[in-house]
Amino acid sequence: MASPTSTLSPDAAPVAEPRLQLRVTRSPGDRVYRAVAYAAGGTTFVILAAIGVFLLLEAWPALKEAGWGFFTETEWNPDGQQFGIASVMLLTVEIAVVALAFAVPVAIGAALFITDYAPRSWRRPLTSLIDLLAAVPSIIYGLWGLFFLQPRLIKVSDWLGEHLGFIPIFEVKSGNLAGSTFIAGVVVSLMVVPICASIIREVFSQAPPGEKEGALALGGTRWGMIRTVVIPFGKGGIIGGSMLGLGRALGETIAVALIISPIFDPTVRILDGGGNSISALIALRWGEATPFSASALMAAGLALFVVTLTVNAIASIVVVRSRSGAATEI
Amino acid sequence: MSTTISADDTAPVDTQNLIDLTRTPASMTARDVSAWFGDHKVLERVSIDVKARSVTALIGPSGCGKSTFLRILNRMHELVPSASLAGTVMLDDVDIYRDARSVTQTRREIGMVFQKPNPFPAMSIADNVVAGLHLSGTKPRRGEVDAIVERNLERAGLWNEVKNRLGAAGGSLSGGQQQRLCIARALAVDPRVLLMDEPCSALDPTSTRRIEETIADISDDVTIVIVTHNMQQAQRVSHHCAFFLAAENQPGVIVEADTTETMFTNPQDQRTLDYVHGRFG
Amino acid sequence: MVVATDTPAPDAPAPDEVRSAKPGPAEPRLRIRRFEAADVGALAGSAISAFCLMWLVYVRLTPLSGGVGFAICWYATFIVTYWLVVREQRGALAAKDKVAGVVVATAGIGCLVPLTLVIGYTVWKGWQTFRLSFFTETQEFTGPLSDATDGGAIHAVVGTLEQVAIATVLSVPLGVATALFLNEIRGRFARPVRIVVDAMSATPSILAGLFIYAVIVLQLDWRRDGLAVGLALTVLMLPTVTRTAEVVLRLVPGGLREGALALGGTEWRVTRQVVLPTARTGLVTAILLGIARVVGETAPLIVLNAGAFVMNANPFAGNQEGLPLFIYRYINFPQPARKDAAWTAAFVLIMIVLVLFTAARLIGGRAPVARRAVVRRKQKEPA
Repeated sequence: MASPTSTLSPDAAPVAEPRLQLRVTRSPGDRVYRAVAYAAGGTTFVILAAIGVFLLLEAWPALKEAGWGFFTETEWNPDGQQFGIASVMLLTVEIAVVALAFAVPVAIGAALFITDYAPRSWRRPLTSLIDLLAAVPSIIYGLWGLFFLQPRLIKVSDWLGEHLGFIPIFEVKSGNLAGSTFIAGVVVSLMVVPICASIIREVFSQAPPGEKEGALALGGTRWGMIRTVVIPFGKGGIIGGSMLGLGRALGETIAVALIISPIFDPTVRILDGGGNSISALIALRWGEATPFSASALMAAGLALFVVTLTVNAIASIVVVRSRSGAATEI
Repeated sequence: MSTTISADDTAPVDTQNLIDLTRTPASMTARDVSAWFGDHKVLERVSIDVKARSVTALIGPSGCGKSTFLRILNRMHELVPSASLAGTVMLDDVDIYRDARSVTQTRREIGMVFQKPNPFPAMSIADNVVAGLHLSGTKPRRGEVDAIVERNLERAGLWNEVKNRLGAAGGSLSGGQQQRLCIARALAVDPRVLLMDEPCSALDPTSTRRIEETIADISDDVTIVIVTHNMQQAQRVSHHCAFFLAAENQPGVIVEADTTETMFTNPQDQRTLDYVHGRFG
Repeated sequence: MVVATDTPAPDAPAPDEVRSAKPGPAEPRLRIRRFEAADVGALAGSAISAFCLMWLVYVRLTPLSGGVGFAICWYATFIVTYWLVVREQRGALAAKDKVAGVVVATAGIGCLVPLTLVIGYTVWKGWQTFRLSFFTETQEFTGPLSDATDGGAIHAVVGTLEQVAIATVLSVPLGVATALFLNEIRGRFARPVRIVVDAMSATPSILAGLFIYAVIVLQLDWRRDGLAVGLALTVLMLPTVTRTAEVVLRLVPGGLREGALALGGTEWRVTRQVVLPTARTGLVTAILLGIARVVGETAPLIVLNAGAFVMNANPFAGNQEGLPLFIYRYINFPQPARKDAAWTAAFVLIMIVLVLFTAARLIGGRAPVARRAVVRRKQKEPA
């Protein structure tokens, strides 16, 4: 009979070791628990899919009517059979771009301030402050933007248009500068800053201290250390946070609806009075919409849904793939 | 009573940004250096003489304040918010804390290699080597960069292994290679003293041996102070040793400091004898 | 055995001194300051000289105008001046460092300014017409020409409270269960579900309103404002609750779970008796933050055609008002008195958000994420 002890002889045939197959038997309570949890997870799928499905369902009559022209037509006149999101989408993107142009640098600066410049004791209060900024409802921002900021920003628009008007986007043609893309963009940027700042701050705070020390030990100044270690590390978070902010800026409804004077002209003149966004369009036109108009608005909403989902998907991928993203969750 | 010192760049412009052509290895002297974290004292009146062009090893059991003392030598100790210190640290005849000299300038002249290798992963190997130059504001001239990279990788004993892939990311090297890259990076700014905080403790024996060879090679160009809890390593690489010890709940002190040979064969203090013979630690 | 020594070396303490705890003479600690007089001087000097230069150029010499424009130009000149001054004093490297510091500090402190302005302005405008009847009367007897102090908004407040309550009742169990799924059970779908939750949290609120409209009004043909709004708010609140709850659950140490399992607990018992109680304050925070997020949502109210002038305490039937909708409606009236009514409501809304937020912070302590960072930092404190 073969000896049960292992042998070092290379000629010995390997002894088969039957591995134990472990099967999990769960108590009834656990099975219910797991079923409920799985159902909850599944519900999120269902809800998201349902949003898309129902929007499509309601939008179908209008989409069928407009055909591919839905994406190229600039006018919005559903009852007159002439409607398309070309200009509204462009204007929505313009507002979002203006918003990000202000929000991202400020968010990066604020995040750097909290993680690497401010005294340690300031960190918690400042972080709470940023979270509070994010919790303020958009209607409050809209009111403030409309009554407080707009009169003052009109002066800035005037100044920019006068002195930098040779640049196409700063050109001013109409005499009325109220309700412009620029002003709406600035107000939206206030809402986007806290979102970006809190993500970027989280990412910056995870920058590897060993590398930061290394940079300082080589004789670097604080800014040199930040430039060499913190910002390269946080690139993924910066992009992810910005894209998340972009998503929010694209979908912002009330503040934009309060401020802009709606136009359907696919212009890039951001200082000129008049702008639009898909969600503001829906909010403003919904009250008097005929069923067909409502369907057209649903179609616009569907377009917005697709765009925000895409932007968010890209943001998730970018953040998770980056070095900094692996350590955070958005 | 306390003395107030500026932690920022305070040197007038004429000592900045000139590549010091007389970057000769320097000596360092510490007198009555004590260190605290908050109110917890971790070093008690430590004094030491580090001779130029020598390798001085700081040995002793872990937790005695060797690394803390090392970080005081290049003004990294003050980066910890609750840290404070007392005493004098001289680089040749300059008091690095009190004389009008910027922190960044001091750290340029007193380099440091850390226990855990920390190359900049987003940069290539070549960029890592010159990173110190960029960080400290000394811009190498166009044609010089390659020469600097080669020379310092050569000094660190890494050139032959990476000369064909200087563009590879700094993080793609093995642990021992990364540490040698960090040594090359530290050497590239031409420091007068190089501090090494247990540089081999995270590495395998082969890498350790390579780095010890490097230390021997460069000790003529730069003064080296190395913290190590490996006594045999101290015996192999150093000319002088200082033995740190901290009694329970007491701050660390230097029990004895002498040439390596004396410390290991005929020390004056019984505790030194016990330690080098492995009776504790 | 102590080896006899001669006089100890001058730069090493006598061996005996190590043992005794005798305190030595007072040692003056070095205090290392980050700023000094010269720094402040350079900063202030640059600011002042830039101001004067700008005043000269801007106001006197060129036909430029506008307060905000002046401020922008002054800031730009200040930065350039400061950079030149520091470069003269300390070299280019220090100049870059200092200017970067100023710019970053501006951004950091600049974040405070909008916040104070927004909240302060709202409070200032709303407080002027605030009175207790706001909470007792409705708009039943008011019209466009009424005074700002006529009527009240109790119907809006009740409406919002009920709608948010519905949303909370629906989203909290669902959200916590999803968080448990993601973190405790980690089923096969965990990753796709997380992606879906992230996607949902980015859904614009108006689309949530459109979705519920499509389902409730168009498909089911119900006219139940409160319920519909509550459902729309659920869609918005669910992802917030899920994600915050997940973070909170992740903070519960794994050792606790293992210990409970080792004692023979089933998964559910471990969750119910160990994990959830440990995470309780964090979960409360998650809920409060979720509520704070949805209490001010206006778009769903608009899209669901909610709105009433009278009190309707039944969310399951008929029209119901909501506080954000109240604000939106009256701010669009041309009459200043009606606008003032909107401001009062805005003041109430922001107070509600502040109270919720403060409560969340006080109950939950630090933000869950910050707590993790603190734990890690403590572990890194040098020995």
